[in-house]
Amino acid sequence: MKEHKINKTYQEINKKISSGEVVVVTAEEMIDIVRDEGPVEAATRIDVVTTGTFAPMCSSGAFINFGHSVPTIKASKVWLNNVPAYGGVAAVDCYVGATEPCEDDPLNKVYPGEFNYGGGHVIQDLVAGKEIHLKATGYGTTCYPSRMIEKKVSLDSLPCATLCNPRNGYQNYNCAVNLTKKTVYTYMGALKPKAGNANYCSAGQLSPLFNDPYYKTIGLGTRIFLGGGTGYVTWSGTQHKPSAQRTEKGIPVTPAGTLFVMGDLKGMSPEWLTGASIQGYGCSISVGLGIPIPILNEEMAQYTAISDEEIFTQIIDYGSDYGNGISKSYGQVSYAELRSGFIKLDGENVQTVPLSSMVKAREIAEILKQRISKGEFLLGEPQFTLPVQM
Amino acid sequence: MYSKILILQFSEAIVHKPLVCALVRDYDLTFNILNATVFPRKEGALVLELYGSRKNFRQGVKYLKDQGVQVKNAEQEVRRKEEKCNHCGACTAVCPTGALSIRRPEMIVEFDQKKCSICELCVPACPTRVMKARPTKHVFFE
Repeated sequence: MKEHKINKTYQEINKKISSGEVVVVTAEEMIDIVRDEGPVEAATRIDVVTTGTFAPMCSSGAFINFGHSVPTIKASKVWLNNVPAYGGVAAVDCYVGATEPCEDDPLNKVYPGEFNYGGGHVIQDLVAGKEIHLKATGYGTTCYPSRMIEKKVSLDSLPCATLCNPRNGYQNYNCAVNLTKKTVYTYMGALKPKAGNANYCSAGQLSPLFNDPYYKTIGLGTRIFLGGGTGYVTWSGTQHKPSAQRTEKGIPVTPAGTLFVMGDLKGMSPEWLTGASIQGYGCSISVGLGIPIPILNEEMAQYTAISDEEIFTQIIDYGSDYGNGISKSYGQVSYAELRSGFIKLDGENVQTVPLSSMVKAREIAEILKQRISKGEFLLGEPQFTLPVQM
Repeated sequence: MYSKILILQFSEAIVHKPLVCALVRDYDLTFNILNATVFPRKEGALVLELYGSRKNFRQGVKYLKDQGVQVKNAEQEVRRKEEKCNHCGACTAVCPTGALSIRRPEMIVEFDQKKCSICELCVPACPTRVMKARPTKHVFFE
């Protein structure tokens, strides 16, 4: 006897995409469909569920090959618009990280610093088609005699540019409060004293990894929406922690799975890769990411029907605890509560502040739905799925 | 309750007169001084936020003008570059007046300029830097 009543393969779904018969819905639309029709009926009718998320994702960056000039150089130090890029790779390759501030940034010398320009902004400027000033120095060798070059580059003129993000799409994230007596400025935003506000950062029911909590369809080769273009999941992200405690439905109640993603920067757009300046913390980049989830069986239909009422996270103190490595939870709250505008903490109403854009997340799920429905986007079958135990 | 930020300029002839206190005593207005400069034996400038009923506010301002004080609206406003806003919501953590708020359930971040007190806290709090404070017409201190 088969394990599931409905059994579909990636090939069957891709055939339907090519012939235009595919039925695609967003993860938000799927909630009511499964509630009304049940998972088996939903799995019969629906082939793909699209997800989306748009938020600052610090662990992002791009490998850039800027081509040889004459005389040749082995660039060991590289700057893009005065933002240092890592040059310890081959002669004219470098990696620009999203959180690298520009060389003369005053940082937090006058607290809280503004961090107006960094690696994330360089990436946004590149995909916007702007010219970037590149400077590189080398120590000079016989094969690479030049010691310094300066030139203007743009995305079109670069031989190669690959977005390569070692940790994106966190499956769940903390809800941050500040229990000290002074306002603090963190990567979770401004936090007023005595729990004046509670900041959270997840697309909840639309977030990719909440819709496939055990990564049954996500792994090396999963084709995704990335930065407005097409990308791939290539590995589990850094800090991937599938062993986190989970609810009955498999939803982790603390930060858990993460994704390593890549894609050709040349197909991406500044609307979905936006430089971010996080007051008092640093530079970053907001990344638009969406994953189509194939409804291979009724189990996947059930997973993709998850709603904000069933997704929970922990309230963590970022005023003092977090910086001291104390992972004490001051309470568990659902994303439905967080999205309502207020949560209860010690009997008091606390204003909630989202940092992840639901407007953009919805737009991504909708774009992905359109691309698949029109036959422009086929599903990528993973070579192996992300680890569930580590 | 009505409130507005005003710039008062006192000419050399009236700079020594105690005029602003009359706003409290005779017109039942409250004020908060945001900036004050007195140039010795020359002129003075005062930026204050004035609160009270609309009627008292109008009469108080009329009184100042009658005394020879130049009254101008604070020539500063905060604007949002609408098309660049990502609607994340980070600004709502710092906005003290609710000018920046979230429309639910759509989760769209709305900016109501009428409620804005021009505190400018949102300017550096916005990760994409879409909030800009800018002078409207005149220079603050000419």
